[in-house]
Amino acid sequence: MSSDVLARREAVRSDRTARYERMVEIRTLEDAVRGLFAEGLVHGTTHTCQGQEAVAVGVASALRPTDTVCCTYRGHGHAMALGMTPLQVCGEIMGRVVGSIGGVGGSMHLCDTSIGLLPTFAIVGAGVPVAAGAALTAQVRGTDDVAVSLFGDGAANIGAFHEGINLAAIWKLPAIFICENNQYGEYSPIATTTPIANIADRAGSYGIPGEVVDGQDVDAVNAAVEAAAARARAGDGPSLLEMKTYRYAGHSRSDTAPYRPEGEFDEWYERDPIATFGARLVAEGLLAESDVDAIAARISGEVDAAIDEVKAAASPGVASMFENILA
Amino acid sequence: MARMRMNQAIAAAIADEMRENPDVVVFGEDVAVAEGPFKTSDGLLAEFGPLRVRDTPIAEMGFMGAAVGAAATGLRPVTEIMFVEFLGVALDQLVTEAAKFSYLSGGVVKVPMVMRASVGAGLGFGCQHSQVMESWMVGAPGLKIVMISGPHNAYGLTRAAIRDDNPVAVLEPRILYAVRGDVTTGPEGIIPLGQAATPVSGDDITLVGCGSTVRTALGAAGDAEGWTADVIDLQTLQPWDTEAVLDSVRRTGRLAVVEECPYSGGWGADIVSTVVAEAFGDLSAPPIRITAPDVHVPFGKELEQRYLPNPEYVAGQVGELLATGESPPHWWERDGALV
Ligand SMILES: Cc1ncc(C[n+]2csc(CCOP(=O)(O)OP(=O)(O)O)c2C)c(N)n1
Ligand SMILES: [Mg+2]
Repeated sequence: MSSDVLARREAVRSDRTARYERMVEIRTLEDAVRGLFAEGLVHGTTHTCQGQEAVAVGVASALRPTDTVCCTYRGHGHAMALGMTPLQVCGEIMGRVVGSIGGVGGSMHLCDTSIGLLPTFAIVGAGVPVAAGAALTAQVRGTDDVAVSLFGDGAANIGAFHEGINLAAIWKLPAIFICENNQYGEYSPIATTTPIANIADRAGSYGIPGEVVDGQDVDAVNAAVEAAAARARAGDGPSLLEMKTYRYAGHSRSDTAPYRPEGEFDEWYERDPIATFGARLVAEGLLAESDVDAIAARISGEVDAAIDEVKAAASPGVASMFENILA
Repeated sequence: MARMRMNQAIAAAIADEMRENPDVVVFGEDVAVAEGPFKTSDGLLAEFGPLRVRDTPIAEMGFMGAAVGAAATGLRPVTEIMFVEFLGVALDQLVTEAAKFSYLSGGVVKVPMVMRASVGAGLGFGCQHSQVMESWMVGAPGLKIVMISGPHNAYGLTRAAIRDDNPVAVLEPRILYAVRGDVTTGPEGIIPLGQAATPVSGDDITLVGCGSTVRTALGAAGDAEGWTADVIDLQTLQPWDTEAVLDSVRRTGRLAVVEECPYSGGWGADIVSTVVAEAFGDLSAPPIRITAPDVHVPFGKELEQRYLPNPEYVAGQVGELLATGESPPHWWERDGALV
């Protein structure tokens, strides 16, 4: 499994077509996941990331597997971008032993340290100081790894955001704080909870670089994270990157997003990260027009096969409840 | 009397207090425009307006602290913590600030605030969104803790909590929000804090529940064959109604406490130790605790149901206690339980 996962990671690091395919895979799986919940095949809740695929793949493509990533409950896309397979992700969402942590976590709880992914955080903001700590490990041990915290726009208002970034700034830790501004924290538009337009502006108050990035453009995301990672690896401290993006689905399983203003979705959908990047690759001659549909069909088949495998897999037994409570 | 869901009863209680007292204000994440993630503030913004009903950023420490300050200077804030786990980032304001202001002001400063939180397992939210965590607050002097068990006391206890001059934590089992029941509304529906209720009376054992486990205990007593129970709903966990429990145990001679939390550090340990100390001579069997195991709330549906004490398990433990006169082993201690 691990070699497969690392190969998937290497693919997005080295190949832009693979980045496109991974974005398609994420969208395909997320759509399927919403379907599984709608059919009542999964217990609990889920937070999907359709519309935000360029952030996930752009970030993962700029990091090494030895870098640490702290990600949120909206983590399926990030996990897959980092290399996790649809089987591991969907297996976890459906609570089966083939899941990334054996099916005991559910949709909000993925982890695979072979690709640097610490357990994803279901508490808003919790990953920000944890990433600072992972960056501390790199600094103390003298490696040139970096630690990344991915969090939402809503998380920029919780105390942990301030405490974690300030700490990283004064200790000049090799960390990258990446805000995925998808315009909403749960049902609240960002303007109702945050008095400034750009969260990246907060970087100034910590004396670190801050940058607004087009989160719908995987190349732009990749470039911004590469630059921030280079600064961090060189000992120049943390950065705050704000990816402007959009969440196509509701906040979670039960949310139909009635609070969205008329036309907002369509406006964002016109700049769909997958369609735009596909068109760019075609224009550059890296993909043929016909590849676009072929890729979608192939990946849809692969994702369906993974879901079938998950459905056939066992659920964890009672003993699993008592395992791994203590190290 | 009105028939309503538990979430509606909570909204009705807050609305009635807001109508009577202009100092009552409500804030929390998505409580105003969206009327609450669990619809527990339905209609409040429309009726009372944005000065008194506010959405907050995701900033539990900030808004909990604001509740402390507002309460200390005259308002009666009702705050909502969407899942009790999020209280973790705001706990200081509740247990170390609010709960100590009276003491630290020579009794001058009152902090009449309410911290409502949804709690508990059963809905597949995974281990960071399924705990009860009353143990974070039990043992914090200066704080009252209420656990509601259905629509009826949701209304009555919420109103009493808002009227109380102390900080009060109101824990609402999430799994019960959609449960319907008859609710006595108006002033006669208010249920004083610190008083238990005894929805069912019997002779052989006292079953003590609180919050979600009241339903479990009632289910066990309802299906029982060969024994009858007093089922006590503590309603207020801190301070709990010692008299009600002792009076009952003195009559039945036996006690089983049913808790949703893990065994270690559970609130039932207090009940048992008080009963043993105060009514030792009246006991005809060892008091027992029926709880979850010392593990995280599992995600899978079947495992989550296994984790939670259910009526059949409670009935089985009680039956064994009555038959043998000895503490039955917990399910996870039995041969073959873990395969
Ligand atoms: C401390 C804490 N408070 C509240 C929540 C409930 N909650 C989960 S996600 C969410 C919205 C977060 O918004 P944002 O940070 O923008 O991330 P997004 O969901 O948009 O990816 C909220 C309020 C939580 N999980 N943790
Ligand atoms: Mg957001």
